[in-house]
Amino acid sequence: MGSQGTSGSGSLVLVAALFSALVLAPTWAIHVYTHREVHGTVGDQVTLACSFWSSEWISDDISITWLFQPESGKDTISIFHFVKGQPYVDEVGAFKNRMEWVGDPHRKDGSIIIRNLDYTDNGTFTCDVKNPPDIGGKSSQVTLYVFEKVPTRYGVVLGAVIGGVLGLVILVVVIGYLIRYCWLRRQATLQRQLSAMEKGKLQRSAKDSSKRGRQPPVLYAMLDHSRSTKSASEKKSKGGLGESRKDKK
Amino acid sequence: MLLLLLGIIVLHVAVLVLLFVSTIVSQWLIVNGRTADLWQNCSTLGVQSSFQCVTSSTNEWLQSVQAMMILSIIFSVLSLFLFFCQLFTLTKGGRFYITGIFQILAGLCVMSGAAIFTVRHTDWQPDTSDTSFGFAYILAWVAFPLAVVSGVIYVILRKRE
Repeated sequence: MGSQGTSGSGSLVLVAALFSALVLAPTWAIHVYTHREVHGTVGDQVTLACSFWSSEWISDDISITWLFQPESGKDTISIFHFVKGQPYVDEVGAFKNRMEWVGDPHRKDGSIIIRNLDYTDNGTFTCDVKNPPDIGGKSSQVTLYVFEKVPTRYGVVLGAVIGGVLGLVILVVVIGYLIRYCWLRRQATLQRQLSAMEKGKLQRSAKDSSKRGRQPPVLYAMLDHSRSTKSASEKKSKGGLGESRKDKK
Repeated sequence: MLLLLLGIIVLHVAVLVLLFVSTIVSQWLIVNGRTADLWQNCSTLGVQSSFQCVTSSTNEWLQSVQAMMILSIIFSVLSLFLFFCQLFTLTKGGRFYITGIFQILAGLCVMSGAAIFTVRHTDWQPDTSDTSFGFAYILAWVAFPLAVVSGVIYVILRKRE
């Protein structure tokens, strides 16, 4: 009894500790997520996705900044700033008239679109979000590669071919088994019907064997179940005919 | 009967070994000292003969060759597995249809893989005069008839006891 009580209180303490760790003392940091790499085609557009998670309520003071460091240079330039509910796009630099804000801070989304890509856009883009008072945490970086023609990602065709063929084979096997199962069930029901019919006939034939000399060979033909359903149905009609004949008598 | 059984299994295992070797070994193409296979391009650099490999391109056709080789291995292994299953479950006089079908499928996969490689290897390997096919490529072609033959034997074969 006593040991039970202590174990119960122990688990209670544990739960309380977990609760306080998860809810009462959250990690005071903001987490920003982007892709690691984005591929684009020359002249095309690309979406640089950026989402974040903050332990705080999204305040009106939230700010989102996009920084760009070209592949060839060392300088990091600011290309986009969102503050006080107002997006500010770089109007003088390389991304003039080519950038669009598509995010929504209330949905924890800070994405931008870059249009009319060129090889000079190769480089690293950094998404940085501050949600005062939650300003700690790391920013996230995404590297943009601009290609003349976007190469197929490794393993896409490989996986598609393997998956497709294996799926096809599995489908064929399943269909084959289903057909076989249906066929067997049909055969079994047919057999049951036939045997039931046969039983009734035998009883009747035993009854009126004194009147009739011999049964027609129809009965023996019906015992052969290995024929196709077509012949079986034929036999059934034959059996029906025989019965009707007998009923007349 | 036992000898026949043993012969079939040996043939099947030989096909499997051929498939594995041809898929893995980096000897599909030889371009003056450099070797290339489905997965990587290797070359011997300098006098110290340091061996260096880089992953091969992500060309769609190369990927489909890889997929075909992997599929053929999967089908062949599955076929061997099914053979042992059927050996114990099949009624007397039955044929190893399923085993045979999978083995023939493996053969067809190898064939299409090797055929695609033959036609399309210039897409990811610049065509030079001293390009020659390596032994792994030849093994893949050898594996194709062997797989088909063993598959046909499975289909023809009846279970004795």
